[in-house]
Amino acid sequence: MSENTERLVPTPGQTIGPFYGYALPYEGGEFLVDRSHPNAVRLHGTVYDGHGTPVPDSMLEIWQADENGQVSQEPGSLKRDGYTFTGFGRVAVDNVGHYDFTTVNPGPTEDGKAPFICLTVFARGLLNRLFTRVYLPEDTDALANDPLLNSLSEAERASMIAERQADGSLRFDVHLQGDDETVFLAYPGI
Amino acid sequence: MTTENDDTFDPPYVKGADDAADTQNQLNDEMAAISKQYENAGKEETQPRLDYAPYRSSILRHPTKDPRHADPETIELYAPAFGQRDVHALESDLTIQDGGEPIGERIRISGRILDGDGRPVRNQLVEIWQANAAGRYIHKRDQHPAPIDPNFTGVGRCLTGDDGSYSFITIKPGPYPWKNHLNAWRPAHVHFSLFGTDFTQRMITQMYFPGDPLFALDPIYQSIVDPKARERLVADYDHDISEHEWLLGYRWDIVLSGSNRTWTEDDSNV
Repeated sequence: MSENTERLVPTPGQTIGPFYGYALPYEGGEFLVDRSHPNAVRLHGTVYDGHGTPVPDSMLEIWQADENGQVSQEPGSLKRDGYTFTGFGRVAVDNVGHYDFTTVNPGPTEDGKAPFICLTVFARGLLNRLFTRVYLPEDTDALANDPLLNSLSEAERASMIAERQADGSLRFDVHLQGDDETVFLAYPGI
Repeated sequence: MTTENDDTFDPPYVKGADDAADTQNQLNDEMAAISKQYENAGKEETQPRLDYAPYRSSILRHPTKDPRHADPETIELYAPAFGQRDVHALESDLTIQDGGEPIGERIRISGRILDGDGRPVRNQLVEIWQANAAGRYIHKRDQHPAPIDPNFTGVGRCLTGDDGSYSFITIKPGPYPWKNHLNAWRPAHVHFSLFGTDFTQRMITQMYFPGDPLFALDPIYQSIVDPKARERLVADYDHDISEHEWLLGYRWDIVLSGSNRTWTEDDSNV
């Protein structure tokens, strides 16, 4: 490749299929921190199809900054030591389409920015992965200034902001299709 | 056998007797009509369509709205780091099991992972999974009456080298039947899960073997409506990778989407 100006064409994606369950999920994948961590937060929800039926064969991944907004580049996501925050989690939904992560609230990576958790969705029947963001509901000033959220309708905006429940949990449902369809993202270069 | 310990398992995807009622010919007609529309539209596509009705399971599982364009923010410009702590070197050889040698054609699959600018993706995680030589997965939802191989789980991992290279030793997987339509068979394939330097490059795909007669019949492969694009999923036989009296070699290079990070000389090290 002598000419670096010409971009290569990306390899196409394909569905994760039905049989990833013994290959990709791993022990501790959903625990970015231990449940006993003083600031542990449950992030959970359900994945739905276009009929509002839970999708039982979906896998989710999250990637986020730590509480101080620092991006971890520490290895150890697959073999957790229980102390190091790696920022990455993976979980397969259960038989009723529900998922659970245990993590911390991400801090803003820059002052004044709205913090969010990156979420990637895979499923049987979904021919390529989907990206979205799970925004925290609290910093309303930062949310009001977020360029992506500001480009959305009220309903679309609401689909990307997690609900803080009474016990401190974050609730975030994924709707692959339908009236409540989650906003999914395309990034430059894809 | 593994993974038999989930007693809450309920097979929600097992469908009724009439779910697979459509014939292959009906499927072929649907796929041909979509190909024709694509050719006439004259706009190049490089990824699978999410809305591809011949793959029946996609009908209720594809978003109906176009994705929103987002400028990546700091967290999206990085990917999780994986290291020797996460992946043991032996995990790239799927033929090593406690009991003995798995049955089937021993093969090596090698290639490089590059980003959209041709930059090697270094020290990053690659995960694969596949059926055995008879077309059976070690997964309790796989009810295909083909034999389980006690010496083959079909799961592997490795980290890429400094040049973006990866390599797995495995067994050539068999094609297998599924319930999309009557007499539906998937071409033999290996699932690949890939990370880049940016989380926006995350992808999962399938690698196929050259010359498979099932390509034209398979709605998952055909969901990539551009012929050139779908051929990017087909490995090349490479005699330079084959080893004397030991295994056959395939080469498959992977290109992720472009990185949006601002790379310094130190970062890229091309």
